[in-house]
Amino acid sequence: MYGGRERPLPPPYKKRKRDRMLAELTLKKKVDRFLRRKAPYLFISPFFAFFLVFGAFPIFFALYLSFHDWNGIATSPMVFVGWENYWYTLTDPLFWQALKNTLLLTVESSVPQHLLGLFFAFIINLGFVKFKNFFKATLFLPYITSTVAVSMVFAILFGYPYGFLNYLLVSLNKLPFFQTVFNWWRLDPPLKWLGTTSLMLPSVSTQIIWRWTGWNTILYLAGLQTIPQELYEAARVDGAKWYQVFFKITLPSLKPVLQFAITMSVIGGLQIFNEPFIMFGKNGGTGRGGYTLAMYLYQTGFEWGYFGSAAAISYLVFVLIFVFSFISRRLLRSEEGVS
Amino acid sequence: MKKRGLFFLMVLLVVASVSLEAAPKTKIIVGVFPALDTAYAAVLPEFNKKYPHIEVEIKSLGFDDHHSQLVTALAAGEGAPDVAAVEIGYIAQFVAEGGLVDLLKPPFNAGRYQKGITPYTWAQATANDGRLIAMPSDIAPGCAFYRRDVFAEHGIKVEEIKTMEDLFEVGKKVSKDLDGDGKNDTWLVSDAASIAWMIIRSAPELYFDEKGNCLVDSERFRLAFEWAKKFQDNGLAGGIAGWTNEWYVAFQNGTVAYEPSGAWLGGHLKNWMAPETAGKWGVTEWPALRPGEERMAGYWGGTFLAIPEQSKHKEEAWAFIEFICTNVETQKTCFEVADCFPAWMATWEDKIFEEKMDFFAGQQARLLWIDIAKRVPEVITNRYDSVANSVITTELGAVLQEGKPVERALQDAKTQIERRVKRGR
Repeated sequence: MYGGRERPLPPPYKKRKRDRMLAELTLKKKVDRFLRRKAPYLFISPFFAFFLVFGAFPIFFALYLSFHDWNGIATSPMVFVGWENYWYTLTDPLFWQALKNTLLLTVESSVPQHLLGLFFAFIINLGFVKFKNFFKATLFLPYITSTVAVSMVFAILFGYPYGFLNYLLVSLNKLPFFQTVFNWWRLDPPLKWLGTTSLMLPSVSTQIIWRWTGWNTILYLAGLQTIPQELYEAARVDGAKWYQVFFKITLPSLKPVLQFAITMSVIGGLQIFNEPFIMFGKNGGTGRGGYTLAMYLYQTGFEWGYFGSAAAISYLVFVLIFVFSFISRRLLRSEEGVS
Repeated sequence: MKKRGLFFLMVLLVVASVSLEAAPKTKIIVGVFPALDTAYAAVLPEFNKKYPHIEVEIKSLGFDDHHSQLVTALAAGEGAPDVAAVEIGYIAQFVAEGGLVDLLKPPFNAGRYQKGITPYTWAQATANDGRLIAMPSDIAPGCAFYRRDVFAEHGIKVEEIKTMEDLFEVGKKVSKDLDGDGKNDTWLVSDAASIAWMIIRSAPELYFDEKGNCLVDSERFRLAFEWAKKFQDNGLAGGIAGWTNEWYVAFQNGTVAYEPSGAWLGGHLKNWMAPETAGKWGVTEWPALRPGEERMAGYWGGTFLAIPEQSKHKEEAWAFIEFICTNVETQKTCFEVADCFPAWMATWEDKIFEEKMDFFAGQQARLLWIDIAKRVPEVITNRYDSVANSVITTELGAVLQEGKPVERALQDAKTQIERRVKRGR
């Protein structure tokens, strides 16, 4: 600004005024500079403020809590008990039962979700399919439907003995062919879909599959659309069959999306609560056949009043999620190292 | 000058009227779940007349939501209502967790009302360490609703069902396979578990004795589980879960002839579950467990009012509780409006309890409920009852649905419960 020619000094009476102006200018500049550099932080600060209160604080408070005995009343004291909560949980048969149910449910509900999701995405992505947006919207609809309304529909579906599925089975059972099939499978309709331990997890997983398939379809569809058309054209020129195209081009190119989708399923599966809680109640139904880790956590804390133990369970679940997502990432790591 | 004076006068008037109006008025929040909200709203004008300085806001949530929000608010130390309704199924949980004031202590001194309250429900609100954590407001004497038309069809006289054995024989008569597929299409009870609960809830002790020993492998529990299993294995139970569409349909069609429940079920049947079956129902006592014994009398529900420790208006809250729980007129109105069966015994003298009820074909069912309420054994609540209840519920399910042997189920239950009791906190 002052480079170049020398300026004549202003007369003394004007100097003070100029100084004042200069000071004002620099102040303005300072504010300006401050705003330019720091304002972005100001704008993102609401998120961090909320995160500190609702995200970071509970995470660390739960860790602190997991080493204490606390009955969940604000005024009652917390007593330090060391690893007792972890030890008690790990030696509790209920924990292992809940873990077994949760892992089974995760597998039973995730695998079909992804197979169906891939299948639908592949179909919708085909060039000749019309009304793509309609199909996308329809598939995604379950994801945004209220859980309570859905649970009521599924309760009607699985009802015993007059539910819709049982009505279907009982009607089919009157035909000789199906009677033989049912006998062979040792099925004796009407079935207690929500009351027999062997049927409970498959029943609840249908609801989870129904809810999440659309979500995965959209993910895979987005992944499919990033695959360059040239690859397909080259494959066609080389005379590749459709399954070769699928397994040699589509699937490998989808690896990053697959990895993301499967990790999300693992995280969601290990925390599953709503559907089994609504279908089987707080005790997890017959012989606790539908009792998941999240329900065990909930009951330990909010019903039986062991908030320290509940916090310990939440950290054990966290470790499990960490391990399983790590494994799934490892297994699905793409060759180029993209993650 | 004149104008300014007028202005000051007006300001003064406004300030004075606001402070006179608002200052002495205390607002309390009463947290309830449905049916209670209509009952308490109906008696509110009377309360306002008696306590003009207390303003009451009734906050009603769904049954489960109300209780889980109460737990959360107690944990947070903030946000609980001044008066909280607690259903019997949650009493044990709050005995264990605390957070509700002991109503026996001053300034409440609830002990002076003990003589007026149904004895068994007073015991339920009492913790094994002597605290009274809530005031009983309504009770639910356990009874059985039976279909008069179905019983008549099979030539069954309800008075002749005196023991569990009699009930079982009646069950064999009414449970029929109508379409010849080898499975019954009509049953005695909707769910065999209710047979077990009938026996468990009428016992002089629940899951623990006074010293805190776990009783779930006692003779009483063995009998409860075995009777339930016997009803299940002989096809006398429909395997229909409560509060499902199937349950309501069974009541409408008369495929279930005998439903052990609380007095409140009558109101639900009449109002929405099966209103067109009016006149076909009757109410009866439970049978005796063994021949020669007195008939079983137990409970099947009930509500209590508690004051959270965090409340800032405990005395006003107590005034409301006193008004609801220890006042004949209020208890009567609640009963008329929302079938809240009075826990305050003086209310039972009223003419309304002698009424012949059309829904039960002119039976004086309310007198029967009073009679049952007087006979229910007094059992205080143990802080581990909530754990024990959860364990027993699932083991009973395993016995009935999966054929788990009774002895093993009870042994497993005891191991699970004692594991938690031994933790000592």
